[in-house]
Amino acid sequence: MSLMQSTRPLDPWRWLGLPALACVAGTFLFAVPIKVFGLQLPEPIFPMILAFAWAVIRPSVIAPFLLVLLGLFLDLFWGGPPGLWGVSLLASYTVVLASRSIMTGQSRPMRQVWFASATALTMLTGFLITSVVSLAVPNLFSVFWQFLATTVLYPFAHRLIERFEDADVRFR
Amino acid sequence: MSFRDRSNFDMKVPLTWMAGVAVIIAAVIGVALLLGDRRETLQVQAYGVTKNVVDTLSAPVSSTLATPGRWTGNVFDLVRDYFLAGAQNHGLREEINELHAWQDKAIAVQNENQRLRAVLGLKTDPPIPMVTAHVIADSRGPFADSRLANVGRELGVTVGNPVMSDRGLIGRVTGVGHDVSRILLLTDIASRTPVVIDRTNARAILSGDGGPNPKLAYMRGQEPVKIGDRVLTSGDGGVFPRGLPVGVAVQGFDGAWRVRLDADSSPIDFVRILLFTDFSQIAEQKDAMASGLPPLSTADAAEVAGKVKAMSAPPPAAAPPKAGPAATADAQATAKTLANALAASKAKPAPKQPPPPSPATTPPPDDDTP
Repeated sequence: MSLMQSTRPLDPWRWLGLPALACVAGTFLFAVPIKVFGLQLPEPIFPMILAFAWAVIRPSVIAPFLLVLLGLFLDLFWGGPPGLWGVSLLASYTVVLASRSIMTGQSRPMRQVWFASATALTMLTGFLITSVVSLAVPNLFSVFWQFLATTVLYPFAHRLIERFEDADVRFR
Repeated sequence: MSFRDRSNFDMKVPLTWMAGVAVIIAAVIGVALLLGDRRETLQVQAYGVTKNVVDTLSAPVSSTLATPGRWTGNVFDLVRDYFLAGAQNHGLREEINELHAWQDKAIAVQNENQRLRAVLGLKTDPPIPMVTAHVIADSRGPFADSRLANVGRELGVTVGNPVMSDRGLIGRVTGVGHDVSRILLLTDIASRTPVVIDRTNARAILSGDGGPNPKLAYMRGQEPVKIGDRVLTSGDGGVFPRGLPVGVAVQGFDGAWRVRLDADSSPIDFVRILLFTDFSQIAEQKDAMASGLPPLSTADAAEVAGKVKAMSAPPPAAAPPKAGPAATADAQATAKTLANALAASKAKPAPKQPPPPSPATTPPPDDDTP
């Protein structure tokens, strides 16, 4: 009985749908125009949590399309060129998916380094695309600031991985 | 039978391959979206239906979230003002002393300005109407900087309208829905704004790079700018009216000249949208391309020919001359003046019509414009 439960496929709504909605909600929340003691809120890339965690949990057919959809939402909501975040998130998703066997069994700090590296790759892809599309070099300080704000989101990715990593033993 | 021999594990390889194929298809979709973008144009159609729909749908959500945020922000401001009251008081006193001197200068300049206008008979631009809006969402990343405002087409907002805070210019409208508009900030990497250095009258292009201080590019001349120089919109190209305050020139760590925006020090939840129609919008309208004159029909041509014939006919019989020597002298003087004028007009070529005013030579806006 326990074997049957462990090998049952993941419910897509639970590990894909709900986290995606949570990321959309987080993006809305951090776009509130507010200044706290003269400082604006940071603008982390919430779907980066999913690009990392989904790739670590297991390969999926729906996940890449959802990432492109979430990226498109970011582009339209933030007012950027459509496709920018979709391609950027997909770049890091692909790399993490290809190297997920290396990450299996790694400690939490090591995974955090991997998450930071994946975030850096996403930012680098966004940097290159923006440079080509806008024919201008984005401000490096702003890029670093957004990278930093996104990197501190790792605990959410860790929680998602811990929750669903063992749900499908075929891909452990 | 071992654990790994179960049929479920047979699905692993096909699923992995399918996931790989899905990644490739998703990447193709993403790249196609990127290549299909026309964001750099200022056309209304470039914004697209999709963006308008997303803006319209996200407006109520963002507005709901922004309301408690505004209240919280006010509380934070109150706390900060309470603790910084002493320093603010000191700073305000210094500012008042400085402003007294400026007030005297402003009155003198205003007086002189009015006299010069009266002498020259200058026709100044009318005041620009504006609407005030709440900002309901704010994006401030390195790759896109824009805001959503809660007014749109219903109040006459159109693409290209300049947007100001209570201190200075913040950007321009790039997309308009029924009751929502997207504002592209000066700091956005796609933003290019023609500006002028107030002290030297040197022109430059203010180029956003996703950072807080946009760059001053394409400056010409020797030492056109110094730290602390005021930067205003130049009005070149007709996108913005001339003379809107933008900020103060500063030098960045990289040695490049940048602008510390006036709008940085103002609240971000209110903006003023100037209902200013730029020249490029006029040029794009099909109606503007059509001739404003009525077509010359056959009947009109006949009418014109008849008038010409009537003018060339001999003048009607003169009225009986006034009696007296004064009347005779008047008539002789008038006849002499007319003869001189006729001779002068035959000798000189017809004067050339002055060229139409270009955007760069448009007179500066009135003092009461923002």
